[in-house]
Amino acid sequence: MNRILEYSHVTKQFGSLCALQDVSLTVEPGHIVGLLGPNGSGKTTLLKIASGLLVPTSGTVSICGLPVGPESKSRISYLPDKNYLSDWMKVSQIIDLFHDFYLNFDRNKAYEMLQRLDISPKQKLKTLSKGTREKVQLILVMSRNADLYLLDEPIGGVDPAARDYILQTILTNYNEHGSILISTHLISDVEQVLDQVIFLKNGVISLQSSVDDIRAQYEKSVDELFREVFQC
Amino acid sequence: MSWHFDNGRPIYTQLLERVRFLIISGQYPPGSKLPSVRDLASEASVNPNTMQRALAELERSRLICSHRTTGRFVTEDEEMIHEMKESMGREKILTFFHEMKQMGYDRDQTTALIEKILKEKTI
Repeated sequence: MNRILEYSHVTKQFGSLCALQDVSLTVEPGHIVGLLGPNGSGKTTLLKIASGLLVPTSGTVSICGLPVGPESKSRISYLPDKNYLSDWMKVSQIIDLFHDFYLNFDRNKAYEMLQRLDISPKQKLKTLSKGTREKVQLILVMSRNADLYLLDEPIGGVDPAARDYILQTILTNYNEHGSILISTHLISDVEQVLDQVIFLKNGVISLQSSVDDIRAQYEKSVDELFREVFQC
Repeated sequence: MSWHFDNGRPIYTQLLERVRFLIISGQYPPGSKLPSVRDLASEASVNPNTMQRALAELERSRLICSHRTTGRFVTEDEEMIHEMKESMGREKILTFFHEMKQMGYDRDQTTALIEKILKEKTI
């Protein structure tokens, strides 16, 4: 069992729309993998399948050798692309909720990150700005000691200074045997923290390579290659 | 904050060059202990696996060596560091002469200009 995440010939159809087509990929322990693709290329669908929110039309997904189910969910920490927390709650109440909900939630870690990002635990969610709310969600997700972190657009609405801190947090806080699959458009910001990148184009994997192999082979940064491959 | 990287060249090569520079310039003195991979990666804001790869490469060139339990150390071989320093300096100067040549200066004109500047300023 040396693979954290494995997709084998996964296809997902929504009616006549094929969101993912014959996707096969593996994520090794300790690796940070970037899932890159333009809007509507299937990134969110791919992450939702691993988190168990969607069931593939065909193909299989396994997490640490387990099929997607209650046990795999306890090993995955998933950051969805939507805000799903209740507005009326205080940050501290949400932390309590997560602490009750997940055995692997580290409350101290959460408070430490809140303090670093200058977010008061006493504030209610509805009083927070969009970017701050995103930070809170990411803090909650990264405060779990999971085997696999699935992060859907984690830094989109966050200012550049906080972005640096968040990337730093991701780098230092994920457990060393765990892995991260992260979808984003902000390639130049995350490029140097990634081991591998996956380019997704209309539901099909068009490239899967390590960042340094891309740089060596194309003599371009991943960001530049992306702009070329997905030129409009 | 984090180190700066050029586009179009592998990140691990740039890390390797940077750490080598820190050794040659004496910021990591001979025989001193290097920070851990995690700390270095965090300082540079890069993936620890990439930093690991860069350090492994430096180990292969024997500029640093690892002791199984105590971490990584800069070589105590000062001559080796000196040689590497000279070869880097040499490379810089050759690039400089090359660029001057492209600008239209031949060898003598370049050295004459260098001497002129040295007389004007104390560098």
